[in-house]
Order: sequence, then C-alpha cells, then structure tokens
Amino acid sequence: MSWDIKKIDEWKSDEFPRGAIIPEAGNSRDYVTGGWRSERPYRDDKKCTQCLFCWIYCPDSAVKVADEKVYDFNFDHCKGCGVCASVCPSDAITMVPEGCELPEVNK
Amino acid sequence: MPTQKTLAVTGNVLVAEAMRQCAPDMMAAYPITPQTTIVEEFAKFVANGRVHTEYVTVESEHSAMSACVGASAAGARVMTATSSQGLAYMWEELYIAAGMRLPIVMANANRALSAPINIHCDHSDIMGARDAGWILLFAETAQEAYDNTLMAVRIAEHPDVLLPAMTCLDGFITTHSIDRAQVMDDESVTAFVGDYRPTYSLLETDTPVSHGSFAGLGGPYFEFKKSQRMAIERARGVIKEVGEEFSKLSGRPFGMVEGFGMEDAEVAIVVIGSTAGNSRHVARQLRAKGVKTGVVKVRCFRPFPYAELAEMLKGVRAVAVLDRSESFGAEGGPLFLETRSALYDLHERIPVVDYIYGLGGADVKTEFIERVFTDLTDIATGAAAPSGLVYLGAR
Repeated sequence: MSWDIKKIDEWKSDEFPRGAIIPEAGNSRDYVTGGWRSERPYRDDKKCTQCLFCWIYCPDSAVKVADEKVYDFNFDHCKGCGVCASVCPSDAITMVPEGCELPEVNK
Repeated sequence: MPTQKTLAVTGNVLVAEAMRQCAPDMMAAYPITPQTTIVEEFAKFVANGRVHTEYVTVESEHSAMSACVGASAAGARVMTATSSQGLAYMWEELYIAAGMRLPIVMANANRALSAPINIHCDHSDIMGARDAGWILLFAETAQEAYDNTLMAVRIAEHPDVLLPAMTCLDGFITTHSIDRAQVMDDESVTAFVGDYRPTYSLLETDTPVSHGSFAGLGGPYFEFKKSQRMAIERARGVIKEVGEEFSKLSGRPFGMVEGFGMEDAEVAIVVIGSTAGNSRHVARQLRAKGVKTGVVKVRCFRPFPYAELAEMLKGVRAVAVLDRSESFGAEGGPLFLETRSALYDLHERIPVVDYIYGLGGADVKTEFIERVFTDLTDIATGAAAPSGLVYLGAR
C-alpha cells in the first residue's frame, strides 16, 4: 500500500490509520532523522580498505555503497551514533562535531 | 431461532462455554482465583479438541496480555480472562491493547485488591482499569455473563469500534455459584458472532504493516487519543444495536442501564453487578408495602450511559448509589461520581447519596438495602441527606 504522508502535520484525528498503524512497508526512508545528529562521520578514503564493516553495522543503513565500495554517508538518516567509526579496523572513520569545518579537523 | 438448553452451572463455566462457542484463534491466560475455572474449562475444551484455539500458557498476566496484544495485531480473534492482582499486573498492556485498537475480549472475575490480601468480590480491580480505554460490560448473573461475552465479541470487532472489551462478573458470587441459565446452540452463536475479518493484520505479507509505532516528539499522540475517544463514543450505538439483535435472538433483555420499578419510583438505587438482585428483592418487598422503590442496574460502565441513566432517574426524589469499590479521597466511589455527573444536566436537583458496600466480599444483607431505602424515603420527605459517603454495614 502506498501511503502519502506529505500532509501528516495537517491530518485530523480520524485521518490517521487506526491505532497508529503504519500501512506501508519501508517508509522510514521518508522520515528524515539526520537532524538528531550532533556528530558526523568523516571517512578518510586513503585509509579505507573497503572492508564494508561500516556498511554492515550501520543501524540506519546510512552508509552509501556502489560497486561494492563505500563512497559516502546518507546524512538524511545518519544519526551520528558512531558505530561505523567504532568498528572500522583501519581507523578510517572519525566522528567530528556537527557544524565543524572538516578541513580544520583534518589538519 | 436458536435452540436453547437450560443448565444449572456456574458463571465461570458459562463464560468458558461462551468463549468456546466464539472459537477464538488464540488465548493466553494465567490462572488466578476466582477466574481459574474459566481458563481451566477452556483448556479442557482445547485438550479435547472441542475448540481449535492456540492456547498459550504464560508465566504471568503481564505476559498473558502481551501475548494477546501480539496475536491480535497478527489478526487473530483473541480472548482471555483474569481477576484482581492479575488485572492489576496487566495494567500496561490494557492501555496498549486499547491504544492499538485491538478487539481482545477478556472476562474479569471481580475481586478485591491487596492489601490486606483478600480473594473475594468487590469492584476495586476493574474500577482501577476503568480509564484504560476498554469497553466494560458487567453481569448480574451467570446468564448475563454468558450473554455479555457473546455480545462483547460483536461489539469489540465491529468496524466502527475496534476496541478491547471486558466482560465482568462478580467473583465467587457469580463466578462460582450454580445458577440457572440458558445456552444457545453452537450454530446460532457462530452465526451471531460471525467471522472476524481483521484489517491491517501483521500476517498479511502482501500488504505489510507496522504496529506499535512511536507518536512522540511532537508527533500525533494527542490526535490518536482523540480518535480513541471517537471510537468509544461510536461504541454507544453499536452496543445498543448488538444488544437489540441479541435480545431478539435469545429472548433476554439487554440495556446499558436496566430499570426495575422506574416507571413510578420515588426513591431508587443505582447498582452494578450481583447486588442488583438483592436490591430488586428488597425493592419488591417494600413496593408491596406501598413504598415506590426502584432499582437501576448499570450493565455497561464504559462507555458510560449518562443520557440513559439520567432519563431513567428523572423525577425520582432521592437516589442512592451502591459502590463496591473505593476511590480514596474522592467524593464517592466511581459509580457515584458518574451518576451524579449524569444527573447534573437535569433541571431538577436530585439528592444522591453514596454507599460503599461489600468490599472484600463483605456480606450484603437485605437489611442493609432496607436501610438504604429507609434513608432515601427520609430524604424524599425532607430529612437531610447524610453528609459524605456511608460505609454500609462496616463497624
């Protein structure tokens, strides 16, 4: 079932699905939770061995992979939990305060 | 018309029989006095192949209702039973079942709450759960416990309602006394309750859904509570409709409030459960002596029949409410608070007195009821109403 939640903030009590049911699969991707983040992961491409541990462990499926290679994070959903940095065997991922200029940190 | 058999049985046996006839897909239950024989009888039906229910034995009532919530979300027709401390232990899940709009049907054998420990009848357990969002039906007799159970399934599963429903019977007095009652044939019950066709079932893999989502952080929790209120308000009409249909089918009356002598009563008792019988007995005796007594039995406590109760009590000169539970520190017991609120919108001002009675199974003697009617007659003829509530028969 496709469920349009664009106007959810305007819905009246009788417009919500009964009992807070979510009648659509996989729609958490439409719910942007990146704003919860206070730290963001920074990946050093030189150190990264493409082991994909971060991709496996990320609880929000926010590690972007193409052709079996990590190339970015999905910052709409990354909550900054730091699991990726913690499991990285080659210390290629660092958690940096949100809002920080990355080049400064990497000096 | 259904074939009906007259039996001499206990309320619990009849509730188990009603549950068997409703053929739930799942039951998760934990035994507790005086509910035990309901789930025991039902377990026998399962063991003997008389009903094809997934019977889940759990380690507590907390788990019993949790399992019921899961099974109901999965789309099953779910029933269970509990009492007293067990109901109290289900506290969290009662609200969850209602909030998730799951039409679980549960019997409660009304029993006192500790401390001190007591296993006998009063309404403390169920009145503690009165704001959980369940539909609450009360039985006076074993017959009503049977009838309420069948109606509860229809009401709970009605597409306009979809709320859990509890069918309450007085511990020991109604659960364990052998009473004369009529039981309908299985086919008629099957036809009456119908099939449960869940929408949004967890097991419908073609249309996957999530149950139990989060609605905080500025989310629509408030709107969901309003929709729950709208559902229980819609239940009023459904309860009447189902009640009428069941009355026609069974030949037995059903009203959210049921009156005795209310056509011309000058003094009246409002009561819930088995004590309605004692009250009518005394009212009848006094009527023979020319006292215009009446009794109003409240059979549905949630949603509360305010309009119906006010209509029935209109013109009465003094009202007594018999409360079998306390609301410590409140002006009276739960039924008193509802009754006085129901009367507020009438133009006339009817004096209402609250009598707390029978806590922990304390005996309800006919002379107590006589005293209540005597008080009411005095008030009706100008005496002052007692200030504050009266503990009827307590030393």
